[in-house]
Amino acid sequence: MLAVMELQVHYGGIAAVKGISFAVEENEIVCLIGANGAGKTSTLKALARMIPSHGEIHYGDQRIETLPSHELIAMGLALVPEGRGVFARLTVAENLMMGAYHRNDAKGIGADLERIHALLPRLMERRNQVAGTLSGGEQQMLAIGRALMGRPRLLLLDEPSMGLAPLMVQKVFEVVRKVAAEGVTVLLVEQNARLALEVCSRGYVMESGSITIADTSAALLADARVRTAYLGE
Amino acid sequence: MEILLQQIINGLTTGSVYAVVALGYTMVYGVIQLINFAHGEVVMIGAMVAFSIITALAGSSMPPLIIVLAGVMAAIPACMLMGYLLERVAYRPLRHAPRLAPLITAIGMSIILQHLALMVWGRSPLAFPQIIDNRVFGVGGAAISSVQIAIILLSLTMMAGLSWFVYRTRFGIAIRATAENVHVAGLMGVNADRVIAATFVIGAGLGAVAGVMYGTYYGIAHYTMGFSLGLKAFSAAVLGGIGNIAGAMLGGLLLGLVEALGTGYVGELTDLCTWPMAQGWLAEQCADGGHFVVFGSNYQEVFAFLMLILVLVFRPSGLLGERVSERA
Repeated sequence: MLAVMELQVHYGGIAAVKGISFAVEENEIVCLIGANGAGKTSTLKALARMIPSHGEIHYGDQRIETLPSHELIAMGLALVPEGRGVFARLTVAENLMMGAYHRNDAKGIGADLERIHALLPRLMERRNQVAGTLSGGEQQMLAIGRALMGRPRLLLLDEPSMGLAPLMVQKVFEVVRKVAAEGVTVLLVEQNARLALEVCSRGYVMESGSITIADTSAALLADARVRTAYLGE
Repeated sequence: MEILLQQIINGLTTGSVYAVVALGYTMVYGVIQLINFAHGEVVMIGAMVAFSIITALAGSSMPPLIIVLAGVMAAIPACMLMGYLLERVAYRPLRHAPRLAPLITAIGMSIILQHLALMVWGRSPLAFPQIIDNRVFGVGGAAISSVQIAIILLSLTMMAGLSWFVYRTRFGIAIRATAENVHVAGLMGVNADRVIAATFVIGAGLGAVAGVMYGTYYGIAHYTMGFSLGLKAFSAAVLGGIGNIAGAMLGGLLLGLVEALGTGYVGELTDLCTWPMAQGWLAEQCADGGHFVVFGSNYQEVFAFLMLILVLVFRPSGLLGERVSERA
């Protein structure tokens, strides 16, 4: 579904992503783990065309590296950005409406609202509240719900656990699992490697702009290098 | 009491024009954090275009209302096109330049448009032809003219229409989302270029009507009228909280009221003959009910800027410019 070849991202003269290649198959949950500053967020931003990059990005049977960011959601590619990026001054309902901005099927949008209502009941209780007044966890749920309103086929998630209390992190990951179970392919970027590897089937380890290890989650959880560097053992 | 009521009526009239012009500043600022200094000139060109049409048709047998409407209907698309071109030609290429560059460009565009108008319409002001029967109604000792009623009602209608558009329609929500975070709005499929162009076009369309109203109220249109009108409307936008749509409306009306009341009372308040301590050394001037006025009503222009300074000192974010916290 997604194949990345020799992806490079530069900020000024500094290389943040140094020619990485990886792939995500349909219906997989794949994670990209690594320390702060390894280039994970830059990789996702490049995939969502929010920053310029070099290298090939194949999505389905199309090349998307030359497309503008706003054309991707209609193709089924959604990103939940780092720090959630909810529209703080818009209400919860308006945020969700923005998620479906590119769609014109009022019926389908209504059905998806129902679906998200079932998935995130707490959120819907606050639908007329301004999103900036939600807690961090609720904002993360809203960001995911908003992305789902676009009916994505591939969901890119950037650090959904960031800044959340452990209990909330559990809930967020539960939602990610449910979303994946509904047939959405997920590429998950996380610093919390243990949690990420528990929901993912495969993982890539990123270190200072390069992918150093690629394996199944089970193998990564057993890998001595991963255990000492990312699992704190 | 009559003066108070009269000045409130006058203040609401000019204030509603300021409010409509201020919306153009605040919408653009909200989306790209640019103060479009050329907006006042767009408003001026709206008035000039409309006045030309109205003057040309004034001799015909068409009903006056239709003639004025024809003028407005010509001014709106002309200004919308100008707003679009301004953004496309002058500001879009500088979208990622340091913020000073588009600001200087805005001032440059303002000067260019002003001189363009000077070349087209000349140095002397265009007068509004005497075609409408401006009836005056008495309310509680004060007077309100049909032009004033029309200006206030039309402005309120436009403000209500814009609020509905921005708060209730899908594209309006996209404008607010883009104002808050252009990158995330892009992820939702919002084409930022289109939203930015739309704010210029909508602001210019509103400005066109405001220009015609302002010109009709004072009876003249002139190539320099956009400067002070624009600066006052900009002050109104800052007063309400720049970037905030409701704030621009409130700020405009408030500024109009303060200006009218200030102008109405400044002469009386600064008449030193009414000050006990000055009476000794002004005895000669004040004899037989004489006056010694320090600041007369020609100080009208001062109030808008005095208010701007006070806001910037005491409440820089403006009256409604409170920021909602981005993180819980």
